[in-house]
Amino acid sequence: MPQAKVVMDVRKVSPTASIIDIQGEVSAFAEDTLMEAYAEASTPTTHAIILNFSGLEYMNSSGIGLLVTLLIRVNRQKQHLMAYGLSDHYRRIFELTRLNEAIGIYESEADVLAAAPK
Amino acid sequence: MTTSPTPSNEEQIAQPRDAAYWASQGSTFKVTNAPSGALNLNVEGRLALSPLQGFGQMWQKTYRVRLKGADIEPTEVIKQWKENFPKFWPRGNRFYVPLTGIAPGEVAVINMLIPGTLPVGLPLSTGVLVLYADDESFTLMTPQGHTFAGWITFSSYKEDDCTVAQAQVLLRSYDPIYEIAFRFGASKAEDSFWKRTLASLAAHFGIDAPVEVQRILVDPKVQWSEAKNVWHNSAIRTMLYQVTLPVRRVGRLFRATPEKKT
Repeated sequence: MPQAKVVMDVRKVSPTASIIDIQGEVSAFAEDTLMEAYAEASTPTTHAIILNFSGLEYMNSSGIGLLVTLLIRVNRQKQHLMAYGLSDHYRRIFELTRLNEAIGIYESEADVLAAAPK
Repeated sequence: MTTSPTPSNEEQIAQPRDAAYWASQGSTFKVTNAPSGALNLNVEGRLALSPLQGFGQMWQKTYRVRLKGADIEPTEVIKQWKENFPKFWPRGNRFYVPLTGIAPGEVAVINMLIPGTLPVGLPLSTGVLVLYADDESFTLMTPQGHTFAGWITFSSYKEDDCTVAQAQVLLRSYDPIYEIAFRFGASKAEDSFWKRTLASLAAHFGIDAPVEVQRILVDPKVQWSEAKNVWHNSAIRTMLYQVTLPVRRVGRLFRATPEKKT
């Protein structure tokens, strides 16, 4: 399979919240990168996993599928999956695929951190 | 006929390159040209579903065939797959391709017999929305009432210099009745359905190869909050439609008689 064209950096902004900064393309090839980032972001005290989509350049339907499987993993750990930095286009994709009903979407990092469970 | 405004250069630049590949309408099914001969039931006005809106356990099933020996690029596989999609389905099942083909936002009507692998079965009228389509993949999304809530992604890629064709389903059964059916055989029938489909696709390219199956239980829990989905169960509604069809025909005759007299 082709290599993933994505970089994901993890920031532990508080004992209860971690942000995954996504830069590049989210497709099926990003699975290992995303799951490794989640493993790094998740600690015993983490309640909120926050995806920063400001650097998202491309996403296909397999990428949306990846987010669904991540959401299930996050929920099983009794954590919340949240997101910010989505362009109008990707916000519409979240609505079309109804992911917005399960993943909280916010405008900015400040907004999402204010809403994140402590 | 309406024309869309031409986007300015700035708007074109601002759009990500995947923009043209996604369905552009909302998440409600709309059949624009119902194909003749198709039973268009349980589709119009239904909401599209992600795997999150289903009832049953969440599964990711991947069916894969290696087209070893076929000198064909992934883009050609997908082009042929889109063009001949119904041809690869097991007999007895009808997939009515939209007039414009498998393209983002199009809705296809499906008339099939579940479990889908036999020439007899329970009639099911349903449909799918083309959620996403590019040169190397396309994804179909199911409506309320379908046997499962989720997506099927058909893709092709190169692996070790060999072209691979793949169908991947991410699903939850739609309601408790379908979940029981899945646990008592329908899941295996579904595996058989897609294995036969991929074998037909491979045969189209002159390849006889085994279809690999990978099943991952993503979420073992059922979602009791979605048990109410049974109200939209398309198999039950299709069966009721078929059973009551003679009564409705007779009723129509009686209603038509006074109109002729006036």
